[in-house]
Amino acid sequence: MATTNTDYLLAIEDLTVSFDGFKAVDAVNLYVDQGELRVIIGPNGAGKTTILDLICGKTKSTEGSIKFKNQELTNMREHQIVRAGVGRKFQTPSIYENLTVLENLEISYPWGRTVFGSLKFKRDEKVQARIDKVAEQIYLTDQLDMEAEFLSHGQKQWLEIGMLLVQEPELILLDEPVAGMSFKEREATAALLKEIVKERSVIIIEHDMEFVARIANRVTVLHMGKILADGTMEEIQSNEKVKEVYLGH
Amino acid sequence: MTTNSLKQPGGGLLDRLFSGRSSILSYTVLAIILFLVLPNLLSAFRLNMAGKYLCYAFACIGLVLCWGHAGILSLGQGLFFGIGGYSMAMFLKLEASDPESTSIQSTPGIPDFMDWNQVTELPWFWYPYKSFPLTVALILTLPVIISCILCFFYFKGRVTGVVFAIITQSMVACSWYFIVGNQGYFGGINGITDLKTLNGWDIRTESAQKILYFVTCICLFGCLFLSKWVLSTRLGRVLAAQRDKEERVRFSGYNLTSFRVFIFAFAALLASIGGALFTLQVGFMSPNLIGVVPSIDLIIYTAVGGRLCTVGAVYGALLINTAKTMFSEAYPTVWVFIYGALFILIVLALPKGLAGVWTDHVRLWIRSLLKLDSPAKPKKIKSQTT
Amino acid sequence: MFAEYSFEEIKSILIMQSFGGLSLLCIYVLMGLGLYVVFGQMGVINMAHAEFLVIGSYTMCLASKFVVDHMPTFINHYLWIAIPLSFGVAFLVGWIVEWLLISRLYKRPLDTLLATWGLSLIMQQCFRTFIGAREMSATLPDWLMGSWAPTDTIDIPINGLVILATTIILTTGLVIFTRKTRWGLRMRSTSQNRDMSQALGINTKVTDRFTFALACGISGIGGAFLTTVASTSPTAGTAYIVDAFLVLVLGGLGSLFGLVISAGFLALLSSILEFFMTGSMAKVWLYLIIFIVLAKFTKGLFSSKVRT
Repeated sequence: MATTNTDYLLAIEDLTVSFDGFKAVDAVNLYVDQGELRVIIGPNGAGKTTILDLICGKTKSTEGSIKFKNQELTNMREHQIVRAGVGRKFQTPSIYENLTVLENLEISYPWGRTVFGSLKFKRDEKVQARIDKVAEQIYLTDQLDMEAEFLSHGQKQWLEIGMLLVQEPELILLDEPVAGMSFKEREATAALLKEIVKERSVIIIEHDMEFVARIANRVTVLHMGKILADGTMEEIQSNEKVKEVYLGH
Repeated sequence: MTTNSLKQPGGGLLDRLFSGRSSILSYTVLAIILFLVLPNLLSAFRLNMAGKYLCYAFACIGLVLCWGHAGILSLGQGLFFGIGGYSMAMFLKLEASDPESTSIQSTPGIPDFMDWNQVTELPWFWYPYKSFPLTVALILTLPVIISCILCFFYFKGRVTGVVFAIITQSMVACSWYFIVGNQGYFGGINGITDLKTLNGWDIRTESAQKILYFVTCICLFGCLFLSKWVLSTRLGRVLAAQRDKEERVRFSGYNLTSFRVFIFAFAALLASIGGALFTLQVGFMSPNLIGVVPSIDLIIYTAVGGRLCTVGAVYGALLINTAKTMFSEAYPTVWVFIYGALFILIVLALPKGLAGVWTDHVRLWIRSLLKLDSPAKPKKIKSQTT
Repeated sequence: MFAEYSFEEIKSILIMQSFGGLSLLCIYVLMGLGLYVVFGQMGVINMAHAEFLVIGSYTMCLASKFVVDHMPTFINHYLWIAIPLSFGVAFLVGWIVEWLLISRLYKRPLDTLLATWGLSLIMQQCFRTFIGAREMSATLPDWLMGSWAPTDTIDIPINGLVILATTIILTTGLVIFTRKTRWGLRMRSTSQNRDMSQALGINTKVTDRFTFALACGISGIGGAFLTTVASTSPTAGTAYIVDAFLVLVLGGLGSLFGLVISAGFLALLSSILEFFMTGSMAKVWLYLIIFIVLAKFTKGLFSSKVRT
C-alpha cells in the first residue's frame, strides 16, 4: 500500500476491487488536483461507477489506497468520508420525494448530524441564507416550498447537486448528471458545473461526448477496469486505442 | 401540486382544524374520549379494562415511530413491555411478601413462588426492587440499555427489514423461554401473581383502579407529546428519509446506526412504561402476556390505527382489544377468523389504517361539507422493500 | 459433568444425541427449503409456512385413520400413497393461497409478514374447527417404529433414518429440478429479473404460483414425516416457525448450502444443549449463541460479495 503524501487533493493508487474473482477495477492510479474538473468516460462495464463507489465508501476495496487530502479513505465509513469533505451524487436522482425542496436541502446541512444534534437543530438565519444561496445556484429558488416529487427530472438532478453543495464538500463525485436532460437543461448544468468548480474539485462520469468536451479540463478513459488513456479532450479524441474501444474493433 | 390552504381567505379556525397541519383536533378529541367519555360511560370493571388496553397503546406509539416512520419493524416489543411489567411486578411482589404475611413459608420474607421452588434466599437481582425510586429508574433505564445492546451490532452491520424483524421475534421468544425456564427466580409460566399494594396503597380497589386509569391517560399524553416533538425535529425527518432513501442519507453524512439505535431504544422505553402501568392495573404479570403472539398483536393494533399516526395507534389498541373482548366472549371461533382476516385486510386495503381513512376520506368529506378548499391529494404509502 | 460416564458411554451418547439433532436438522431443512424458495423468488416472508407442515401431518393422520378403519391389511403400505397425498394437498392449498393472497404482495416483505401471520391464524382456526383441537397421531407401520442397533450401547430409530433419507432426496431433487429442468430455469430467471423474464415471454405469474405451491408441497412432505416423531395439533407448526426463520437468516438468505449448514449448526447445538439443561434454558442459550453469531456475521454465515 502506498503511503507517500502528495500535493493532490485526491490520490488513488493501485486501487483494485474484485467481486468473486472478477476484477471490476484493476490497479487504477488516478490523481485529481485542487479545483480540477475531471471527467471519466468509458464503455459500459468499464468500472466507472465502481470507482466512485470506492472513493465514497459504498464499496470496499480489495487492494490499494485512496487518499483525500492525505487522509486514507479506504477504511473509513461512508458518513466519515462525507464529513471529511467528499460529496456523492447517484446515477438516478436520489432525493427525498415526500419532503419539500427546502427540507431536502436542509437535511443536507452539515451541522447537527448526530442524534442529539439533530434533536436540537433549528433552521436559523445562517441555515436559511445558505439554503437560499444554493437554491439560486441550482435554479430552484421558486420551487423551495414544492414537494420534490413534483419536480421535473432535470430539476431533481439539480436538487441532488444542490444537496451536495449545502454540505460544502471539497470534492464532488457526479454520476451522469445530465442523463435525461433537455438541451436547455444541459446548458444550464454546464454553467452550474463551471461555477461549482471554482471552489472545489469535481469528478464526473459522463457518456455525452459533446457535453464532456464543453466542461472537461482533463479526461480519463476507463476500459475493463483499467485506465486506457488520460489527457485533454483533444488528446483523447485523437488516441487510437480509445477509438478502437469505442468503435468496438 | 400543493395548494397552500393557509394562504386562502376564509375558513380560518375550521380550515386549520381540518387541514391536517394542526393536530389540535386529534389531541382534543382523544382527550375528551379518554378523560370524559370513557370514565362516565363505563363501569369500574370496564374502565379498568380500557386502562389495560391503553397500556398496549404505549408500545404501539413506539411502533409508529420505529416501524411507521423509521421503517424498522420490531416483532419483539413484548420483550420491552415485559421489562417494564416485570420490574413493576417484582417491586409489588416484594412488598406483598413481607415476613408476617409469608410466615407459613419455610423461608419467610421471600416471594411465595421462590419458596415453592426451594429458593431460600432473595436473589441479588431482586434487591433493587425493594426501593420504589430504584424500580422506577430501572423501568426507565433497563429497556434503553438492553435495547441498545440488542440492536447496536445489527444496525451497525446494516441489518434491516425482514431479517431484523425475525431477529427481534427470536429475542422475544428467547425472553419467554428465559422466564419459563427460571421458575424459582421469575415465577415461570405462572408469572408473578397476588400483587396487592403500592407503597401501602391497595391497588385492587375500584377507586385505586380509577386513579390508575387517569395516571395511565396522563402518561399516555406525555408520551404522545414527546413522540410528536421527536418527529417534528430534524431527527424525525432524517428517520423518514432513511426509510425510503437509505444511501442518500448516509451520503449526507449521517451515521445511521446511531439514529436507528436511538429510535429503537425510544420505542423500547415507551413499551416499558406501558408494561409497568399494565402490571399496576392488572395485578399480575406472566410470560404469556409478552411472548411472540402478543408482540405481533401490538403490530396489528398499530397497523389498524395507522402506522404513521401516533394518535391512531391509541385508537387501534382500544378498538381491537374491545372487539376482541366482545367477540371472544360471545363467539370465540368467529373472532379468530375475523382477527386473522384483519391482518390481511389492513395490509391489502388499508396500509395507512384508520388514520388513513380519516385523512384521505372523512376529512376531505368534512372539508367539502364545510366548503373549504380541498388540500393536496392523498399520497399512497410507499411499499417497503428490503 | 462427564465424570460419571465411561468413555464408551459418552461416545454413544454423543452419537445418539447428534442423531437426535439430525432429525431436527431434517425438519429445519424441510421447512427452510420452502421459506428459502419463496423468499428468494418473490420476496415474500411466509409466516404461515408452518401451517402447511401441519396440513401434511393432518393428511397423513387422516389417511392412516382411514386405512385403520376400512382396510387394516393395507397398513404396512399406505405410506406410499399418503406421502404423495400430503404433498398434493399442501400443494393445492398453496396454489389457492398464492392466487388469492400472496400474488398481491410481491416485494413487500414486511407486509407479507403481517398478512401471512393473519393467514396462519385463520388456518390454525380451520384445523381446530374442521378437524378438532385435540392432538392427533398417525398409526404407523411396524417396520417404521423399530430401531437399528449397530453396537450394544447405540440405538438409532428407523423413522429418523427415513426422515434423513427423505430430506436428502428432496434437497437434491430440488437442486436438480431448479438446475436441469425447464421449470427450474423459469423459476431462476424470474427470481433474478422479473421484468426481463416477462419480456421474454415467461409467464411469471404461473411460475410464481407454481413455485409457492411447490414450496408448500415440500413442507407438506415434511409434515407427513413429522408424524413419525411427534403428534399433530392445530398449533404444532408454531413450535418450529421461529427457529426455521432463524435458520434461514443464519444461512444468509441466499444460498441452499448455507441453509443446510445453518440448519445443522442449530440442530446440533440445540440437541447438545438439551442434554445438559432443561428444554427452556437450552432454548435460551441456543438463541443467545445465534444472536452473538449473527452480531458478528450480520449477513449470515454464507453470503457472496456482489456489486449492488
